[in-house]
Amino acid sequence: MVLAADAAAHASGLRVGMPASKAQALVGGLVIQDANPTADAEALERLAFWMLQRFAPIVAADPPDGIVIDSTGADHLHGGEAATLAILVEKLASVGLRARATIADTWGAAHALARFDPRPAFVSEPGNAAQDVAPLSIAALRLASDMVRDLHVLGFDRVGDVLAQPRAPLALRFSPELGRRLDQAIGCLAEPIEPIRPEALIEVRRAFAEPIGVAQTVARGIGELAIQLCDTLERRGLGARRLDLICQRVDSRAQAVRVETGLPLCDVKRMTRLLCDKIETIDPGFGIEVITLAATVTEPLLPKQASSGLIDPPEPDVSGLIDLLANRVGERNLYRAAPVASDVPERTVRHIPALSPDTGAEWPGRWPRPSRLLPHPEAIDTVALLPDHPPASFTWRGVRRRVKRADGPERVFGEWWKRDPELAAVRDYFRLEDEAGERYWVYRAGDGEDPLTGSQRWFLHGIFG
Amino acid sequence: MWPPFALESLRAQVRQIEGRHRRATPSLPFGVGAVDSRLPGGALPLGALHEIAGGGNGAIDGAAAALFAAGIAARTSGKVLWCLTRLDLFAPALAQAGLNSDRVIYLEGGDEKTILACFEEGLRHGGLGAVVGEVARLPMTASRRLQLAAEGSGTIGIALRRWRRQTEASDFGQPTAATTRWRVSALPSTPLPVPGVGRARWLVELIRCRAGESADFELEACDATGHLRLPADLVHRSGQAEGGRYSASA
Repeated sequence: MVLAADAAAHASGLRVGMPASKAQALVGGLVIQDANPTADAEALERLAFWMLQRFAPIVAADPPDGIVIDSTGADHLHGGEAATLAILVEKLASVGLRARATIADTWGAAHALARFDPRPAFVSEPGNAAQDVAPLSIAALRLASDMVRDLHVLGFDRVGDVLAQPRAPLALRFSPELGRRLDQAIGCLAEPIEPIRPEALIEVRRAFAEPIGVAQTVARGIGELAIQLCDTLERRGLGARRLDLICQRVDSRAQAVRVETGLPLCDVKRMTRLLCDKIETIDPGFGIEVITLAATVTEPLLPKQASSGLIDPPEPDVSGLIDLLANRVGERNLYRAAPVASDVPERTVRHIPALSPDTGAEWPGRWPRPSRLLPHPEAIDTVALLPDHPPASFTWRGVRRRVKRADGPERVFGEWWKRDPELAAVRDYFRLEDEAGERYWVYRAGDGEDPLTGSQRWFLHGIFG
Repeated sequence: MWPPFALESLRAQVRQIEGRHRRATPSLPFGVGAVDSRLPGGALPLGALHEIAGGGNGAIDGAAAALFAAGIAARTSGKVLWCLTRLDLFAPALAQAGLNSDRVIYLEGGDEKTILACFEEGLRHGGLGAVVGEVARLPMTASRRLQLAAEGSGTIGIALRRWRRQTEASDFGQPTAATTRWRVSALPSTPLPVPGVGRARWLVELIRCRAGESADFELEACDATGHLRLPADLVHRSGQAEGGRYSASA
């Protein structure tokens, strides 16, 4: 029997559940592989572990073909839910896995939308689970196949049709299973995720005799766990790069917090500080029973030579501050600028991680550069003598400015060796100073003569101090 | 009681109340006599919050104010944290004002609240040379927190005030806990004997200064090491060089 069919198989008429002989008759020279459910399950576990390390603290395999992730508390590291999802799908695509992903309020809704919604990566608005699930087919509800068939016989095709019906007759006819699945999808019934815990994971756990809820108590619990975790890490010579804090609540929901560090970390004080900074994102509900702290990603901690301080005082260590800020605003929003060998101003800066080693490289300092560079050059109206005179006056944002002094042109050629359309492109940059003394950086797209080099229109690109 | 002695003991009491007598705070001179002589202690105190805004159109683009701040930050030692909300700061220009790219860590915050929180965190850490935060609103409470954080760690904090609209710039008149308040506006550049744009000049106004008087100066913009300079045509005119005009405190 055919157990799996991808897009190519569908195109040649193969369907899941078709007898193998029929498939062979449809497609000549079909190679048949025996199904190996245990290997599949193991591969799914491996993939889940990979996601645990990279995306979120609570991940579980959802056999046969899915992985469920509780992304709460980890989205900020990738810049929001939509960005996380896009990165996830892209990363999977880069290793040859075609994935469909959805973020929704509940496991049930996400499960249904990922499999039955046409969009490959979809973020459902919070509180919209019932609305989004309603137009999907009944099969999206994780029901037994004969129940789906029976529902079809009774004329129920969409989830919305069943949602609109009174529950009691349905439960009587189809068992409470149907109602349970419906409630799980629309969020009326909790469905905890049992996260995978691989053997190799370094993890410490603390159960409380009484459920706790006050921030100070949680902080104390975190402090104790950090001491234990650092102890374990130190014995193995490792430092944590990614830490997961999972708070198991009395109502069996889990609240997770993930923090990342720029360098391997094995310091109780800094670890506690990083985690306690996130306490306000934990909702204790009726109380927290168990706190688990895991070092999801670790790296060997290499001993570092401390400078003796004889010649010059050691450079203060700011990595702790960087970690703290990166966990607050996201790693992408904390960076250093590094030069790029390019003449086009907007391409001369690239972002490097804040803790990367010093590059020592600088931009060539011969030409003055404006302290503010507009994100997009703005078109201006000018009065200028062609081909190579600076403008005599220009109008920017509705204000006309008369140019008193000017410098230029500084000619920038297009990077034809990288981009074909820039083969002939030219920009002539001028530094202008108006009557009030304000200095601007404007350019003309083109060399002033040849229409092939640009549109000959003028743009304002920056403001000097 | 002998009057001079009474005055001296009163001063001691005031210093004690202000709580700033414990150690002589390290400070950063501009290296321009006319400016330094106007500041109490002859230099810009390091463990303090300073406010800088642009004048005229500079209130919106903050181009000159950013370079003025970069010049101050460049003369400190250690890394510099620069918190921004709008992404139009051009790093090569900071490098030309003496602030190497390796020294500056940029932080993009989504809103002003995040910026202020990160600004304060940077000041509290104490390992940074300077922290610059581009903010529009700086309420009294927030500025007080920043000032205390700076006093505690000895890191200089620079609030670069920058508004979306010209009308909002009147917010600069509101009181804050900052030690000094500066306004930097562009002036026509130093004339050259040939056509071209010379070294930029600024009108630097010291609008408010704790334990000091306000003043304004005409200065040449930061050079490649972050130092300002008195224009050559003013150096020999004693009246201007000694401190310029007085302006009403805002």
